[in-house]
Amino acid sequence: MTLFLARKLTWTLATLLVASVVIFLALEIVPGDPAQVMLGINATDETVAALRKSLGLDQPPLTRYLSWVTGMLQGDFGKSHTYSVPVVDLVAERIVVSLPLALIALFMSTIVALPVGLIAAARRGGAADTGIMAVTQLGIAIPNFWFGLVLSTIFAVWLQWLPSGGFPGWSAGVWASLKALMLPAVALALPQAAILARVTRSALLETLGEDYIRTARAKGLSRRAVLWKHALRNALIPVLTIMGLQFAYLLAGTIIIENVFYLPGLGRLVFQAISLRDLIVVESVVMMLVAVIIAINLAVDLAYLVVDPRLRANH
Amino acid sequence: MPRLKNLALSTALAIAIVPTGALPGMAAKTTLTMGMVLEPPHLDPTAGAPAAIDEVVYANLFEGLTRIGSSGEVLPGLAESWDISEDGKTYTFKLRTGVKYHDGTDFEATDVKFSIDRAMAEDSVNAQKALFAGIDSVEVVDPATVKITLTTPAGNFLFNLGWGDAVIVAPESAEGNKANPVGTGPFKFAAWAKGASVDLVRNDDYWGDKVALEKATFRFISDPAAALSAMLAGDVDAFANFPAPETIPQLQSNPQFKVVIGSTEGETILSTNNTKKPFDDVRVRQAIAHAIDRKAIIDGAMFGLGTPIGTHFAPHHPAYVDLVGTYSFDLEKAKALMAEAGLKDGFKATIKLPPPSYARRGGEIVAAQLREIGIELEIIPVEWGTWVPEVLKNKDYDLTIVSHTEPLDIGIYGRDDYYFNYKSDDFKAIMNNLNVETDTEKRYSLMGDAQKRIAQDAVNGYLFQLAKAGVWNAKVNGLWENSPVQANDLTGVSWSD
Repeated sequence: MTLFLARKLTWTLATLLVASVVIFLALEIVPGDPAQVMLGINATDETVAALRKSLGLDQPPLTRYLSWVTGMLQGDFGKSHTYSVPVVDLVAERIVVSLPLALIALFMSTIVALPVGLIAAARRGGAADTGIMAVTQLGIAIPNFWFGLVLSTIFAVWLQWLPSGGFPGWSAGVWASLKALMLPAVALALPQAAILARVTRSALLETLGEDYIRTARAKGLSRRAVLWKHALRNALIPVLTIMGLQFAYLLAGTIIIENVFYLPGLGRLVFQAISLRDLIVVESVVMMLVAVIIAINLAVDLAYLVVDPRLRANH
Repeated sequence: MPRLKNLALSTALAIAIVPTGALPGMAAKTTLTMGMVLEPPHLDPTAGAPAAIDEVVYANLFEGLTRIGSSGEVLPGLAESWDISEDGKTYTFKLRTGVKYHDGTDFEATDVKFSIDRAMAEDSVNAQKALFAGIDSVEVVDPATVKITLTTPAGNFLFNLGWGDAVIVAPESAEGNKANPVGTGPFKFAAWAKGASVDLVRNDDYWGDKVALEKATFRFISDPAAALSAMLAGDVDAFANFPAPETIPQLQSNPQFKVVIGSTEGETILSTNNTKKPFDDVRVRQAIAHAIDRKAIIDGAMFGLGTPIGTHFAPHHPAYVDLVGTYSFDLEKAKALMAEAGLKDGFKATIKLPPPSYARRGGEIVAAQLREIGIELEIIPVEWGTWVPEVLKNKDYDLTIVSHTEPLDIGIYGRDDYYFNYKSDDFKAIMNNLNVETDTEKRYSLMGDAQKRIAQDAVNGYLFQLAKAGVWNAKVNGLWENSPVQANDLTGVSWSD
């Protein structure tokens, strides 16, 4: 177990180091000068040079890379060129939107997907299964921004139950904030739920075909008991893997939904920073996301150990 | 993806037939939520070019010595009045007294000197530093009087002082203005939820007439469909520049909303690299000008919103000369000019298109139109971050489409290093005369000459003046119809009951 953790940790650090190099190089190669973008098309060359100097962009790339990495090791993620505030503050402002949104969406998708997948597997080939498969196919096919627009038209424009978008901030009250996150969370959860339900179903069907299931049935256990006690637990590994991927996606990959509901989330921060060439924000936020995704993967690996005792024995 | 999105949008719109009724009657509101497409990167208009900065702070939060009114006229701002010396080189400004910054400090002549010196300084990061280039010195005469001396007379000087980049800031707070702007305006800064909105509240200690609004919120919504939903749901009261022109008819037919089509300072042009072959041949540029059907571009790319232009000047300006007919849409003439230039069989070139829809949609139509005279354009979509270094800095382009949104910016044609690569001694002579002329009539006539010069040389393809579709709640009064400067001046805004 200790060996397992040590190995994991080494890999994590190596991955982070490689990621930092790749991210930095990618943004060095992309054309575009943050100072020029900030100053627009009428600025004189000397003004641009003055700004580059004040932003420290006149330093050679290696110097900037090293100061960035050493800064991060000390917990300093740099200061945004455009906003002139620490990147950490920007992320802190956005994470209070993105994290609850991701958690709500993941929760919604899980409580719908697991039972649905279970029913479909239990009634394989039946009417319920066919129906569920058709609906989930549709759920995957519907683009989530379109679904978001439909939700907004129905619940914000017609019924006026929920706001069409925006985020009032948690200081404006928990209820107001939850209301603002409701429609985007549903729009995000639908395709995730559809995918998760299908994965749950196929994982269950696979385990239901295993020999030990037949043995369990042969020893007289009911269908239901076999499904819940033996099959579900073994089918959870692929399901957990997918959930880990989905959580990472929900945290950072929701830029389209953030735009549709004009939410100040992490995705939009990165998107704006890229278009303004606010390099330090892009670099640091992407690094943080890499770290979070590695952490999620680690958590998923640990969850495997909880679910599957055999894996525990191996380590 | 764009096509898919349009399809989805129209489907969503088809569902949105009738919004729910108007809000129940109540006392006149004193808050306004204004939608904006882009979020400002920071709130200091003296340290950045993005229009979004001025659209939040201009006239609301910060004031300059002069200010620009809704039809582009120069009005007194923090300077109550001014005298101009006989030789046109010395401006003596009488300042308002009893003016306080939002942090309680007093506004004085030293602040004027500080602000202008700061903008002119060597390490200045003012995006429009050129505005101050003609200033020789700023002198504090007494706490309420400032004397500015120019090296040569500049007819445009009072207008230039009205730009957002020339607002007056205090030495105590200037460095913090990006995140916590401190000005003298009728609104003061309250909060900025980054990525979402900026809140301003009424400044009760304002030196002038107090504004009717107690609170103004600028909310940033970049998605056109989301903007429509927000308007229909009443989450936003106004969009000075509504991003979804395709939905204008739907909003026009709804009595809850007022739709005002106004003009902007955005000359949308097919910028041409004047030194690159074969565009260095004036006949080729003239052929292009003859081959462009402006109406088709405006209808196809802008849903009919926009005014055709024949030169680089805003049609709503009194000095505008209508030169659309200089090279009228005439394919025969265009083909003849191509043949004359020895390019009977046409040629291949590229067109780099930045993200705005006027450029992307307009570019496709321009490419189709130029194909008629044998010019095959390869369309290269680029981001702004790429456009700026490639096109603007390195002049590595054949054609591009961009809207030049700075007011009265025809002077860029006199800049040798500008990306058009246009060099004309004639034009420079006109500009030199204009810079020293202070008589309005004579200035207008010189501006007319400048417009004709570049139109005849067909420096660029002149397409249309960018329109702005303002959409707001029918009960909101006092918003500007046009945008003579980049601003959302809320000082005159109020609600009817």
